[in-house]
Amino acid sequence: MFKRVILGTLLAAVMMPASAFAKKLSVVTSTQDLASLAQEVGGDKINVQFIARGYQDPHFVEAKPSFLLILRNADLLVTVGLDLEIGWLPPLITQSGNPKIQVGANGYLDASNFAEILEKPTGIVSRAQGDVHPLGNPHYWLDPDNGRRIARGIATKLAELDPDDAVTFQSRFQDFDKRLSEAEKNWEAQMAPYRGRKVVSYHKSFPNFAKHFGIEVVDYIEPRPGIPPTPQHTIEVIQTMKAQNIKVELIEPYFDLKTPNSIAAQTRAKVIVMLPSVGGEKPVTDYFKLFDYDIGLLTKAFQESQ
Amino acid sequence: MSSTSLPPVLVVVSQHVAKKMMRALPVLLTLAVYGTVWAQITPAAPGAPSDQEAKIRELEDRIIALENMVRELKAAHGAQPAAGAAAATGSTTAPTQAQAVAPAPPAPGEAAGVPVAATQEQAIVQTGGATSMAKALNPDISAIGDFIGAFGRSPVTGEVVPALEMHESELGFQAIIDPYARGDFFLSFGEEGVNLEEGYITFTALPVGIVARVGKMRSAFGKVNTLHNHVLPWIDRPLVTDNLVGGEDGIDDAGLSVTRAFAGPKGLFLEGTGQVFRGDSADVFKSNQRNDVSVVGHFRGYKDITESTNVDLGVSYARGHNDLGSQFLTNLYGVDATVRWKPLRRSIYHSFVGRSELIWSKREQIASVQRSFGMYASGDYQLGRRWFFGARFDTSDRARERLHDHGGALVLTYWPSEFSQLRGEYRLARYGENITSNELRFQVQFVLGAHGAHPF
Repeated sequence: MFKRVILGTLLAAVMMPASAFAKKLSVVTSTQDLASLAQEVGGDKINVQFIARGYQDPHFVEAKPSFLLILRNADLLVTVGLDLEIGWLPPLITQSGNPKIQVGANGYLDASNFAEILEKPTGIVSRAQGDVHPLGNPHYWLDPDNGRRIARGIATKLAELDPDDAVTFQSRFQDFDKRLSEAEKNWEAQMAPYRGRKVVSYHKSFPNFAKHFGIEVVDYIEPRPGIPPTPQHTIEVIQTMKAQNIKVELIEPYFDLKTPNSIAAQTRAKVIVMLPSVGGEKPVTDYFKLFDYDIGLLTKAFQESQ
Repeated sequence: MSSTSLPPVLVVVSQHVAKKMMRALPVLLTLAVYGTVWAQITPAAPGAPSDQEAKIRELEDRIIALENMVRELKAAHGAQPAAGAAAATGSTTAPTQAQAVAPAPPAPGEAAGVPVAATQEQAIVQTGGATSMAKALNPDISAIGDFIGAFGRSPVTGEVVPALEMHESELGFQAIIDPYARGDFFLSFGEEGVNLEEGYITFTALPVGIVARVGKMRSAFGKVNTLHNHVLPWIDRPLVTDNLVGGEDGIDDAGLSVTRAFAGPKGLFLEGTGQVFRGDSADVFKSNQRNDVSVVGHFRGYKDITESTNVDLGVSYARGHNDLGSQFLTNLYGVDATVRWKPLRRSIYHSFVGRSELIWSKREQIASVQRSFGMYASGDYQLGRRWFFGARFDTSDRARERLHDHGGALVLTYWPSEFSQLRGEYRLARYGENITSNELRFQVQFVLGAHGAHPF
């Protein structure tokens, strides 16, 4: 009798994932932006969890064991790719004990496959250029068109993993697409007066944003990606800003404001903490609010510095 | 149609299918761009601007999809250079077919100048990429240099460091083996001689969340034993490691390991590891005959207290035969605790790690059982983006004789970048023989190649 109970329990445990929970896919994304996009297309058909928070530097996330607990039951892992997560995601994937989300498995989705990638280095790539990403700039999600492409990619993958809800994912994507297009018009209208304006940023986090909205990132406060500011380079940035009359500095929320502020003091520029990701500030809870927030900040800064 | 008009890479490297697609890509890209231009210049039917916009957008998406395909193809293209070479001699149809479409790009290119340049540039990039792309399926390779210098009196136990030494050059080879496993090799070279520090396969696709390893590996006994030299917060290892757990080499042996994680209540992470080894590890375990295997067990509990702070606790057990013979056992018991703090918003500037390990050793000797205890406690604080300061307290009995050592260390570390590190350490040890060793050590470490994961 006892044996039967155990056998029954074991059987139930094995069968359960296939029957009871099959309706709700468990999706884990490496960043909060991807979580927001997955939520848009997945709706209540999926459970979404993410690893890196929006106000964290996505290059330096700790591979905490607690993340293994969410990865081990995931049906789908969506990553930014292009080596952004190279410092922390690979060991988490290996240790997750989850065959579904191993690199190359069906539940592993690299979102960079769908997006327009900028700044692919040509010629010789070496670390003399700093922590360079040989496959291109991984901060590509800050272009609404890329957001749309990623969302479509996720919707397609979700439909593949859960064919019963394919229609839902497709229609949710179409709805998202429509809302995004409307919002895009609004954002573009807000930014239109400032096309061609020049800015500097701390790290190369905004190339896709700059391209989409027609602003120009002229210089960076860090001398090379991943290398902290040096006095010499800071002087060069100040000179560039003065020469080109640049009045706005875009700083990611995870960088120290000391150098940006001292540059601002000498150039009378405005320092704005521009969010590269959803969740960078409390009110920025989804992909739409991210652009609302950033564009709000940026247009205000441009207006005031005219 | 001579092959001289082709970009050299397409002639030399010739993976069959990839080649055909690569040839067709410039055409497709040009057509797509042309299509976009056409869509823009064609007067739209009145009242259908959104249709036109949608069309442009779709075309853009297709271009981007193509670009990403080029990227993937470039990677796949170089992946099989040997097979490619064979195909080059064997297949005559592929070049001919590709040739047929190759002259096409100039035509639409004339209309819009830019695509031609783009196509040519692409060809150049491919040529340059061909050699590096040939490495696509090679493992990730890294080399870590560890240079140490020392002043002052040498230690009595543990590794004796000369005045200047290229202490270790570690080569790492890491790759995914197949859909079911990945492989890791770490070869550590001294100035002379080489040692397989670790080399194992990890099975990642086992049922019920089990992760298994087979090969030679650093065992899961405690914390310090699992760490390679270059990820330690110090230049040396704690006295207790030197005295009771095999020093720098530690419990590092050939065998197999099984790990399983469990979700405990309230977000608690639990993990159990069981390992069986041949039974040869530094001066700790010695396999005198085949049956003298050693075992290691580790149980770990981890909890996030806040998003910035977490606690990691573990208990370890190791059992093996010692160098006195098969009937003499050494048992090791360990407790480890780690507290980490790292504010997420400023994670690259400030952090703190507090660690402690308590280790008990019970070594059967000819006339008696030698019971020893040792521990260390350390704290490492990140002062700024590049600076770390650490301190360590050490105390430990010896494993074989009734002697007691204690001491400590102060460490200052500077990171010019993520890939190099300069470190200075003042180390004090009072040994049981009434010898005091005051040492100043310095270290330069540097990483070449693949970006390894940051240790946690």
